[in-house]
Amino acid sequence: MSIKVRIPAPLQKLTKDQPEVEVEAATIKDLVDGLEKHFPGIKARICDENGKIRRFINFYVNDEDVRFLKGYDTALKDKDEVSIIPAIAGGSN
Amino acid sequence: MNLNESQIERYSRQLILPHVGGKGQEKILHARVLVVGTGGLGAPCALYLAAAGVGTLGLVDSDKVELNNLQRQIIHSTPAVGTPKAESGKKRISELNPDVNVVAHNLKATSENILDLIKPYDIVVDGTDNFPTRFLINDACVMTNKPLVHAGIFRFDGQIMTIMPKSGPCYRCLFPEPPPPGAVPSCQEGGILGAVAGVLGVLQANEVLKFILGIGELLVGKLLIFDALTSSFRTVKVPKDKDCAVCSDHPTISKLIDYEEFCSLRKEKK
Repeated sequence: MSIKVRIPAPLQKLTKDQPEVEVEAATIKDLVDGLEKHFPGIKARICDENGKIRRFINFYVNDEDVRFLKGYDTALKDKDEVSIIPAIAGGSN
Repeated sequence: MNLNESQIERYSRQLILPHVGGKGQEKILHARVLVVGTGGLGAPCALYLAAAGVGTLGLVDSDKVELNNLQRQIIHSTPAVGTPKAESGKKRISELNPDVNVVAHNLKATSENILDLIKPYDIVVDGTDNFPTRFLINDACVMTNKPLVHAGIFRFDGQIMTIMPKSGPCYRCLFPEPPPPGAVPSCQEGGILGAVAGVLGVLQANEVLKFILGIGELLVGKLLIFDALTSSFRTVKVPKDKDCAVCSDHPTISKLIDYEEFCSLRKEKK
């Protein structure tokens, strides 16, 4: 099924400036692979060399962090919205 | 403590709030708040806290005011360019509200000084611009059980979360580790609209005032996300991580860490 994914500002260069994209996916793993298929290079930004989601980037299914669900294997269902939220540091200088 | 006539006049618009009143105002006048960074977030945050009458306001910053700061760091003014930011902030606040005792900490927060810095204060505001300092402040606040209001901004995005150590999740429960150097644009490279920094800095002041007054609901266990382009807010859940390296029952970090400075642009400048 088609899942809406919110792309954070630092990754939007890879999605041709689109803040929201749709990807066919049944799990988070599918979704990451689907993103990579449409937007080559994005997976390397999201995942480390072992293919694990980087520890300063979170995936939310609706408002739940997948680290506290089933991680990569978290199942997606119709109308779920996925957000990718990275740590951001700006504030002062 | 009795409010004098000028204080009754100055704070009249908040004194009449049922949640504040004379008792609430006394709490504010007795509160001690540390604002780390007097930049895009810290500047508006400190101004609102000072205007509300926060009794002791610590300002931490080791930088000097630059002309390119003034687009968003509204506590500083054009004649202050070239002067230390902490001092510039102190001067502006003393003009705004003589009730506030401003302590200018003209230094950079490090693992050596952070515990002493935060010790005299009731709550800490993180308005810094880099991951090493943000993780340092989080860890120090968790280790000393000090409430912390975290916020970050990048381009048109903002994030804010309040950390009540022990009872709620900390920043490492949200993001276990900082990104490696170069992985995330973290300062000048990103760009920022001043008003976006203002929104988040003022939200931080709002969290601090609610904490002081003991009213409402703090952003504990949730991250509030602001999208300036659609003017929309949403929240996501932040559970307490039972394996958190710093705030769980079996922490693996018990010493403060000075992570490598991330932003290459900053490094080159210094």
